[in-house]
Amino acid sequence: MFYTRGLRKTYVVGEVKIEALRGIDLEIYAAEFAVILGASGSGKSTFLNILGGLDSATQGEIHYFEHDLSHTDDRELTRFRREHVGFVFQFYNLIASLTARENVAIVTEIAEHPLAPEKALELVGLRERMDHFPAQLSGGEQQRVAIARAIAKNPDVLLCDEPTGALDSETGILVLEALERVNRELGTTTIVITHNVVIADMADRVIKMSDGRIAGITRNAIRRPAHDLRW
Amino acid sequence: MRTLDRKWLRELWQMRGQALAIALVIASGVATYILSESTIDSLVYTQRDFYSSTRFAEVFASLKRAPLALAGSIAEIPGVAHSEVRVAAPVKLEVPGFAEVVNGLILTLPDAASGIDRLYLRSGRFPDPDEDDAVVINESFAEAQGLHPGDTVAATINGRLKTLKIAGVVLSPEFVYLLRPGDFFPDYKRYGVFWMNRKPLSMAYGMDGAFNDVILTLAPGATQAAVISRLDRLLGPWGGVGAIGRDDQTSHHYLTEEVNQLRVQATIMPAIFLGVAAFLLNVVIGRLIRQQRETVAILKAFGYGNGAIAAHYLKLVGLIVVVGAVTGTAVGAWLAHGLSGIYSEFFRYPYMHFVLRPQVPLVASGISAGAAFLGTIEAVGRASSMSPAQALHPEPPLVFHETWLERAGARNVLSQGGRMILRNIARRPVKSALTMLGVALACSIVTVGGLFNDAVSYMVDVQFNRSEHADLTVTFTDTTSPRAVSELAGVPGTTKAEPFRFVPVRLRNGNHSYRTAIQGYPTDATLFQLRNTALQPVRVPQSGLLLTDFLARRLDVHPGDRVTIEVLSGARQVVSARLAGVVKEFAGMNAYMSMDAVQRMLPEERGISGVRLRVARGHEQEVYAALRDRPRVAAVTSRAAAMRSFHDLMAQNILIYAAVMLFLAGTIAVGVIYNSTRVALSERAFELATLRVLGLTHREIGYILLGETGLLTLIAIPAGFAIGYGFAAYVAYRLASALYRVPVVLERATLGRAALVIVVATVLSSIYAYVRLGRLDLVAVLKTRE
Repeated sequence: MFYTRGLRKTYVVGEVKIEALRGIDLEIYAAEFAVILGASGSGKSTFLNILGGLDSATQGEIHYFEHDLSHTDDRELTRFRREHVGFVFQFYNLIASLTARENVAIVTEIAEHPLAPEKALELVGLRERMDHFPAQLSGGEQQRVAIARAIAKNPDVLLCDEPTGALDSETGILVLEALERVNRELGTTTIVITHNVVIADMADRVIKMSDGRIAGITRNAIRRPAHDLRW
Repeated sequence: MRTLDRKWLRELWQMRGQALAIALVIASGVATYILSESTIDSLVYTQRDFYSSTRFAEVFASLKRAPLALAGSIAEIPGVAHSEVRVAAPVKLEVPGFAEVVNGLILTLPDAASGIDRLYLRSGRFPDPDEDDAVVINESFAEAQGLHPGDTVAATINGRLKTLKIAGVVLSPEFVYLLRPGDFFPDYKRYGVFWMNRKPLSMAYGMDGAFNDVILTLAPGATQAAVISRLDRLLGPWGGVGAIGRDDQTSHHYLTEEVNQLRVQATIMPAIFLGVAAFLLNVVIGRLIRQQRETVAILKAFGYGNGAIAAHYLKLVGLIVVVGAVTGTAVGAWLAHGLSGIYSEFFRYPYMHFVLRPQVPLVASGISAGAAFLGTIEAVGRASSMSPAQALHPEPPLVFHETWLERAGARNVLSQGGRMILRNIARRPVKSALTMLGVALACSIVTVGGLFNDAVSYMVDVQFNRSEHADLTVTFTDTTSPRAVSELAGVPGTTKAEPFRFVPVRLRNGNHSYRTAIQGYPTDATLFQLRNTALQPVRVPQSGLLLTDFLARRLDVHPGDRVTIEVLSGARQVVSARLAGVVKEFAGMNAYMSMDAVQRMLPEERGISGVRLRVARGHEQEVYAALRDRPRVAAVTSRAAAMRSFHDLMAQNILIYAAVMLFLAGTIAVGVIYNSTRVALSERAFELATLRVLGLTHREIGYILLGETGLLTLIAIPAGFAIGYGFAAYVAYRLASALYRVPVVLERATLGRAALVIVVATVLSSIYAYVRLGRLDLVAVLKTRE
């Protein structure tokens, strides 16, 4: 599904040049659950941003099926995100002025083959709290709304940046269960980046990054269910 | 420099666009205040100086004719300091190269001994005591007609032609604002005032050994009313029409009204600007402090006290105020200088003292600082009172609710973006309302700025088109036989002639009295149309009296009541008449009766004062020429010429005024809309970037951000019209005087202009915000929490 060759990203901050990615060669397969592990500064977020069309590489190629994402403009990238990608953020990023259902609807309204917002919220176990505003929901609930929002447009790939980073372990596991269920039931390719090693156990593949490079890829023979995880 | 000072200076630099917009609004407030106050001071000071150096009279009286011997009795009235008796003669003039008749007034040259109403010589010289044909003329007339010392004009005084030699050009305290009696607007080309030696004037006007005008000054401690009453008793038998004090003297009255108008401006405009500035500072500084929550916590954790933190933000605000106040003072002083140039066109002073009392900018700056302080103190107080631990925590999430509009059913038609717009407005109702109010105030300034133009056009329309239907109005030197009507109707080119009669009177109801003239018209008059308070045409009733509504209120009489009429000429009858109704008039305070009723009131004095003429198209010049040289004709006024001269006079000044208003309103509109867009952009960058990441386009998030400002602006425009109308009504109420009442009229073009200013400011601010939206940092959103 994704295919990258020699992907490099260099930032210039003031007079300092930072090499965030130093040549990434990787393939992501359809319907897989991949976890990208790495310490902060390892380049995992930069990589995820480029996959999601939020940022472009300085050098190298990135393909999404037959689309070349390396040389596209902002309009094309917006369309790519709109049609193919669902995002889940560390800090949920819900729209405070919209209810849970409306937060989902704002995405389904612009999608071509969306799920009903109610269905998406049911998938993450929030059917009962659809008409609550973000300020009335707990952190875990807010993150599950964010997952519902990401999956409701029926994306091909779900990109999750530290989805449990701001949650305690119990709530975090509820969120991971939601992701697991989406991956299993809808077949959505799911890529989670985290520095929490425990989460790697629920993945099909674990991609370790350090210093802007891929340090290793392991395949789990058995995926551990999310509810068995503890940290 | 201390580090904390460096911090606010840098932050101010980062928000320089917003700070500048606020400083501009403050500057506009200070400038309007300085402009008004400095102009008031300059006018009042110049007036006082000119009056005292020329010894402007305090009481004025005119009469039919009295022997010079009476002058001694006038001087002996207790309370009179100096008095002077004069001859005042109406005159018709022929100016070389000017086809129309020019009317004028010739007065006796001031007596060097009494020294009242001295003339200020601008060029040339005063006539020698033995010169018979030398005159000095007032400056505005000389300028308008291009007359200089050495030129001559042909004058008809009392039916006799006399060539007058212009010796000099002068200014007089009596005619700082020169208006032909009965006119509403100055017409410098067609009305002039001349002064000449007593003897030749008396001879020419048939006043040898007599006088018909008195001016006097009061001794310290004297009561004006007592002096006037004694003077009236003295002059009554000699045809005195009632003395007036300086307050009722035309030129002085207009000057006073002008200062009143400026005082109204000096309160309304700065209040609007400084109120808006306070609101803007509240919004902008409030946002800055919310963003710096953690910084404040860290500073406090390091040991900075509440005072230091509060002072730090107040210094930032202080610099904005200083920049605004200094700019405003400079611009205000500059505008005041410019305005005095415009005033010198209307008000003829030999000099215009520019007065800027140091306390005026100080007061303006103080008020600005106070407004700014009020605007920011809440936000600053919040920052300094937070405990460090509390401040280190992020602000709790914002609480939203469904709006009543959605509950009422809009839910089903609104997109998510539409809901966000509505809920954002509803979540902070005070801020939204104030933003709306700020924009509405900008709109109202343009609206009320158009009042004078619209009201004056309307007054002119009512006066010249809807009331006055005569092409020419002929006034006789004296009451004349009614036969003159048919005589004038026979002049070739005349299609209709209607007489009128003026009777000087004092109207009285209990303690209230007012000196005016009763105007008599035929009940079937068509060349002059009176209108009731709904501006519907009414006829003069067969019996009874009609009064201008403002005069009826002044006398406290209502239709059906009786009014005492003291006739101030001839046999000086005192009669009583029933008030038959009131009529609407925007200028003057007049009384109307039918011609027959006037004859019944004055059985011994049958006659007419003048005739209104309708003239066949294209024959005006011909009729004019036939009338102007007739000996009993004192004046011939042309409606078309009066309108022309009025438009020439007003056009330029109203344009300047409108331009200044547009600019001032523009600063508010841009200040409010730009700042609220900036703040909205900053507050919602996180949310909007999230939506971009989720796949919404630049345009879609643009709608969500700008929809809010757009919606508020849309509500603000009609609200601005309403507020503008309110201000206009207030201004009209404050300015209503015996001279004129400004009607509250706002034309569509004025409202359109007001809306346009707001729309342009909104579009410009929106374009700016839209471009900025394109540069949102999407990556940063994923990692930061707001």
